Amino acid sequence: MASEEMEQLVRREYKEGFVTDIESDTVPPGLDESVIAFISNKKGEPEWMLEWRLKAYHQWLKMTSPSWAHLDYPPIDYQAISYYSAPKRPEDRPQSLDEVDPKLLETYEKLGIPLHERAALAGVAVDAVFDSVSVTTTFKEKLHEAGVIFCSISEAIRDYPELIKQYLGTVVPVADNYFAALNSAVFTDGSFVFVPKGVTCPMELSTYFRINAANTGQFERTLIICEEGAQVSYLEGCTAPMRDENQLHAAVVELVALDDAYIKYSTVQNWYPGDEDGKGGIYNFVTKRGDCRGDRSRISWTQVETGSAITWKYPSCVLRGKDSIGEFYSVAVTNGRQQADTGTKMIHIGEGTRSYIVSKGISAGRSNQSYRGLVKIGPRAKGARNFTQCDSLLIGDQCGAHTFPYQEIGNSTATIEHEATTSKIGEDQLFYCQSRGISEEDAVSMIVNGFCKDVFQELPMEFAVEAEALLNVTLEGAVG
Amino acid sequence: MSDVERQSSEVKAFLDRLAERNVNRGQEPTWIAARRQAGAARFEALGFPTRRDEAWKYTDVRAIARGDFVLTDSAEFSPASAAALTLPIEAYRLTFVDGIFSPALSDLAELPRGVAVLPLSQALAENHEAVGGPLGRLTGVEFSPFSALNTAFVEEGAVVRLAPGSVVEKPIVVQFLSRANAQPVMSHPRILVEAGSRSQATLIEHHVGESEAANFTNLVAELMLDRGAILTHYKLQESPLADLHVASIHVEQNRDSRYTSFNLNLGGGLVRNDLISELNGEGAEANFYGLFYGQGRQHIDNHTLANHNAPRTFSNENYKGILDDRARGVFNGKVVVKRDSQKIEGSQSNANLLLSDRAEIDAKPELEIYADDVKCSHGTTTGQLDEEAVYALRTRGIDEQTARGLLTLAFAGEVMEQVELDAVAERVELAVAGKLPERFNLAGLVEAAMALHDE
Repeated sequence: MASEEMEQLVRREYKEGFVTDIESDTVPPGLDESVIAFISNKKGEPEWMLEWRLKAYHQWLKMTSPSWAHLDYPPIDYQAISYYSAPKRPEDRPQSLDEVDPKLLETYEKLGIPLHERAALAGVAVDAVFDSVSVTTTFKEKLHEAGVIFCSISEAIRDYPELIKQYLGTVVPVADNYFAALNSAVFTDGSFVFVPKGVTCPMELSTYFRINAANTGQFERTLIICEEGAQVSYLEGCTAPMRDENQLHAAVVELVALDDAYIKYSTVQNWYPGDEDGKGGIYNFVTKRGDCRGDRSRISWTQVETGSAITWKYPSCVLRGKDSIGEFYSVAVTNGRQQADTGTKMIHIGEGTRSYIVSKGISAGRSNQSYRGLVKIGPRAKGARNFTQCDSLLIGDQCGAHTFPYQEIGNSTATIEHEATTSKIGEDQLFYCQSRGISEEDAVSMIVNGFCKDVFQELPMEFAVEAEALLNVTLEGAVG
Repeated sequence: MSDVERQSSEVKAFLDRLAERNVNRGQEPTWIAARRQAGAARFEALGFPTRRDEAWKYTDVRAIARGDFVLTDSAEFSPASAAALTLPIEAYRLTFVDGIFSPALSDLAELPRGVAVLPLSQALAENHEAVGGPLGRLTGVEFSPFSALNTAFVEEGAVVRLAPGSVVEKPIVVQFLSRANAQPVMSHPRILVEAGSRSQATLIEHHVGESEAANFTNLVAELMLDRGAILTHYKLQESPLADLHVASIHVEQNRDSRYTSFNLNLGGGLVRNDLISELNGEGAEANFYGLFYGQGRQHIDNHTLANHNAPRTFSNENYKGILDDRARGVFNGKVVVKRDSQKIEGSQSNANLLLSDRAEIDAKPELEIYADDVKCSHGTTTGQLDEEAVYALRTRGIDEQTARGLLTLAFAGEVMEQVELDAVAERVELAVAGKLPERFNLAGLVEAAMALHDE
């Protein structure tokens, strides 16, 4: 490819970059007990929730930021972050799209995902999170008929305190890690899903995130519970406007699957990765964990990670129940100066537990990417089985791809396989395509999409299309 | 006592031993004294590693930290038992007993021209400046608390110098004997190999001892391969089961050199090996083969690292582990490709066989790659014997226990068939067969092997 053309493509601007000017109801930057009380009060939370948050805050104060990841970023000043921001008139929540601020709708228009159309066409209930407060929830009634609870976590704390008390923090304990503790103290919103016994959720649940309002960190808290024999597929997707300052995002996602339950959690992440010098961009420190509590339960994580300046994310499964299954499918693409340290943990505790890990990493530009995974087989996990495949594709000679798979195996009946490869796109593969009249750019795109196929086919249809498009956009101009 | 207090008292115990030793030491060249001091200071600052250190996540060295080890001056060892322990192979031989050179058990007759094999103490006495340059160049005090400790205590070891173009036909055996002492002894030996361009040699590092021994060996080996040098390095570690063994082996490889390591660990209660190769010149090649067999409560930790610092360098690794009873194995293999080190090929394979429910393996094969034109892969598997293979043997009239024994031997065989020295291969295979659990029907196995051999 002509180098000019390549240059042009490399310098492509972030397509989703724009700022919507909606006045935010923001607390001044800084974190102390009064800020937490403010958040709790603003959310109309009961007393025990505030205590829970404060406990987390005191834990957090005792902890230090982890440094083991293969990431390089300046220390974060947690006192420079504003911990609460909500669109104006939080009391006056819009009940339908007509009531939604037109500016917000415009934001969705610009993204090319008109909410109402998308929701109607895809038959997806969207719990749209604009900044930190749920703005609108659709299809609620249909879900209500089925007995599925799908609402913001704040609503759940108010309306279903017993469920929250029973499950919140049981998968990711308050003191689990630095960012989880911080999240527990200051989380402002997120989704809550409860699927009762024997119910298969009638539609795919989806949340669209947008991070807005400069300098506000977004602290999401998601809790999904599937009772015996229940099933749900949850989609999470993100885009964000262009920013100069780093935005911290420290979310916590907890999944609980009881006997025979199945939770499928899919993510497409396309946050602002920073400009070509790596300036700006989102810091994404996420704790995601699923607990296969029941026998024969199954939790499946699928993620397509293309954005963020820094990604620190390890969706995990605790396989407690007999014959439970954990799955992890991931495509991570980094370009520019992005850094990603991501992977999964599969903790086999119960008998006959199985886990399956497919991780595809593509690094281009001056980015660095690491797969960090743990497969742990406990002494009681008789006949446990794990298969791990992690492949890296390098595009350009300035990027890095790393793998750090940990295996801790304490049972002789376990069978564990791990394979990893690192390579670049073969000249012969490119030549083969080009000799058939396919341009280099298209050939690369084809090869990369083929490389990721194993993961893409795990995504729900809607997401798969978007993921492929995202991948192509992210890698445009990276090859030459 | 708090953790901090305990740790500092453990460190102090070792530093006190050093101070005692220093009083009795004669006049030394200034550079040695300075390094001793630097090593001691570094060790004091670091203390013993804990499981909170990433490199020691799976290995607890408290057995070393809390041990009360003395230094010895005696190289006495019963000639009969030494003969029984020594590898039956025609070789140049240096023997150390608990770190002390034993001229009586060594044989350096008729070394070819251009080849020097001598104890470190002698090399220092003859020309300390020639030692001062290379010693500590690859493994400094910064590497680990144990390398710092070794530097503080350094006094004996093996020095091998190969002139350019020299080819040593017979292997060079460096033998470390561990003696059953009234009080456990520690030693901090060094191995220094300077292989000139196009030189060729085989080095056998052999650790063995009396079965009641319970000593601590903290070895540092530095192997420097100049252009086109070929070095095959066998480390046969059959230390007594109560011995504690920590070793770091650093290799520096210049253009077109080839280093082949056989890291065979059968003995030792607590074993930690760090094997690092710096592939600094184009065409350099490193082969790491490893086998470890743990029983009882043995703990065997192997860390390997291939640093591809130059383009067109190659590394190949194959480690096999067999663990029985409550033994624990650790494998951490790492391949690093530096920026602009293009056209690299690095492959890594690690397979582990668990024979008992209480055995544990912690494996971590890592890749760290900063160049794009590379072919790197790693694979790790852990499991049990293939039931279909057991069945296949049974259909041929071999009973199940014997079949399992044979398959376990065959599992180790994949590494052992790379071994070119029969004496080493036989020794290891017999040891592995001897270690197989009784339920694997050893007697039947030997008979079966004999029968196969006769056919």
